Amino acid sequence: MRFLLRRALFYLITLWAAITANFLLPRLLPGDPVQAMITKLGGRLNSDAMASLYILFGLDEKKSIWAQYADYWGALARGDLGLSFTFFPTPVADVLSQSLPWTLGLIGVTTVIAFLLGTLLGVYAGWKRGSWMDNLIPVTTFLSSIPYFWLGLIAISVFSVTFPLLPASGGYAAGLVPEWSGEFVGSVLEHAVLPGITIVISSVAGWILGMRNMMVTVTAEDYVLVARAKGLSQRRIMFAYAARNAVLPSISGFALSLGFIVGGALLVEMVFSYPGLGYVLFQGIGAKDYPLMQGVFLVITLAVLVANLLADVGYLLLDPRTRREG
Amino acid sequence: MNFKTRLGLGILAFFTLIAVIGSWIAPYDPSAMSDDLLSPPSGAHWFGTTMTGQDIFSQVLVGTRGVMVVGLVCGVLATLLSIVVGVTAGFLGGAADEALSALSNVFLVIPALPLIIIVASMLPSADTVLIAAVISLTAWAWGARVLRAQTLSLRRRDFVEAARASGERTWRIIVFEVLPNLTAVIASGFVGTVIFAVMLQITLSFVGVVSLSTWNWGTVLFWAQSNQALGQGAWWWFVPAGLCIALLGTALALINFGIDEYANPRLRKVRA
Repeated sequence: MRFLLRRALFYLITLWAAITANFLLPRLLPGDPVQAMITKLGGRLNSDAMASLYILFGLDEKKSIWAQYADYWGALARGDLGLSFTFFPTPVADVLSQSLPWTLGLIGVTTVIAFLLGTLLGVYAGWKRGSWMDNLIPVTTFLSSIPYFWLGLIAISVFSVTFPLLPASGGYAAGLVPEWSGEFVGSVLEHAVLPGITIVISSVAGWILGMRNMMVTVTAEDYVLVARAKGLSQRRIMFAYAARNAVLPSISGFALSLGFIVGGALLVEMVFSYPGLGYVLFQGIGAKDYPLMQGVFLVITLAVLVANLLADVGYLLLDPRTRREG
Repeated sequence: MNFKTRLGLGILAFFTLIAVIGSWIAPYDPSAMSDDLLSPPSGAHWFGTTMTGQDIFSQVLVGTRGVMVVGLVCGVLATLLSIVVGVTAGFLGGAADEALSALSNVFLVIPALPLIIIVASMLPSADTVLIAAVISLTAWAWGARVLRAQTLSLRRRDFVEAARASGERTWRIIVFEVLPNLTAVIASGFVGTVIFAVMLQITLSFVGVVSLSTWNWGTVLFWAQSNQALGQGAWWWFVPAGLCIALLGTALALINFGIDEYANPRLRKVRA
């Protein structure tokens, strides 16, 4: 339990750091891009929206920085992230809550698939060291060296343009209304295939490699030798003795590489115009929509932290040492 | 040194050479327009031309320098940062260790890409050097974490205790006793950081938050994407730059395997 509490405390600190960075950035960096946008939008902003933008971007010069910081937390607590310039006059919070499920669905599922697949392949590659599985390593290294977005571009060019098998963009076919019907769900799945496979292919190599190297190290340990001497089946030694211990660094690594993977996956959404946070962020960049960009950053950070906490629970279940203190 | 490591070093040397001489051997001015609009690869234009008739081969050649410079600058800056934070944390221990470890973990967990996109798009002029500095600020944390763990295991070894007993100053112990034993870890951290920085810079250019006035492989891809090269079947516009990125990334990863195998003999190939 103490382990989980410690981790939760750390995630709270991280969240605080992310929010504070979000607060400080527009105030520290030169230029006043938001003021320029407000001037441009002119009378179309109502006074409430104006007030929240002033709080979020520190345009109210008369207040002290601490008073601004307090106001900022107040706005966040109300779920007020300002108005989006791109999707004017929709509040940022609304834009994000529409696109978050798409991102969670696509990136969440593909990350878990890539982790499970990569770890399993890594277990075999490490166990059967010196066999043909070793040739997997350079191939996967090459695949993981390709930027996610470029692999996405190639996938579109081959499977949508040259051989029109799968749709190149969007989350579902144009003309369909989001609802729980077979047709809509089928269309969503069809649109998720290419971006999903792109993310899995780019991220699987890291897991294979990490797991293989840990398996190689663990296989040389004495307790594996003992298990062999006892005449246990290969399967049992491989999974219950070697892999169970070798997987621990992979799981703690899961937490730390998630931020990186999510960054790459957001790019895949941009390339495929997938209606998730990545595409929203992309549209925000084009329009210099700072409230939207900062909102995306906060939501992604929060999602990554929650995923990390889940990974920690998994670690707790696998490693009895963390449970010892009771 | 095995074949894989040599291959990696060879590719890296090739791209370094291109980075130095690229702008001299480029057959055309990468930004100059011509009448050969969107033509596939030919004798005159090895990688074809863009929508406005620019020579893509020249763009890739000239753009190599931007990529390598950012990789090198970030690699050096971030590695220095990671040594300072990681070795200090590991060697001092106690409260300093707790604080520095928490700091590097915070930087690791926060998704770097959206954060850098925000910073880069708020900067009035996002040129190459500034971007390299911003990337370095997010790229040091992994190295620091690994270095801290290694330093922790070195801290109580006999030779360090001996140096301490003979009255050497702390900084001297760190520089002359601890650091030489961390060389392999620092080297692999450096290579890893270069991969990270190159990928991030290309991604930022592709997204369009970095100044487009200097060429790199990411800006080539940015123009290809914004002119719908895909829809027009102009594969030659985005394939060469992407392959260069993948080749460079693979080369660096292979070098890193070489360093890992050097440091951890268990990973070396079993001789049949």
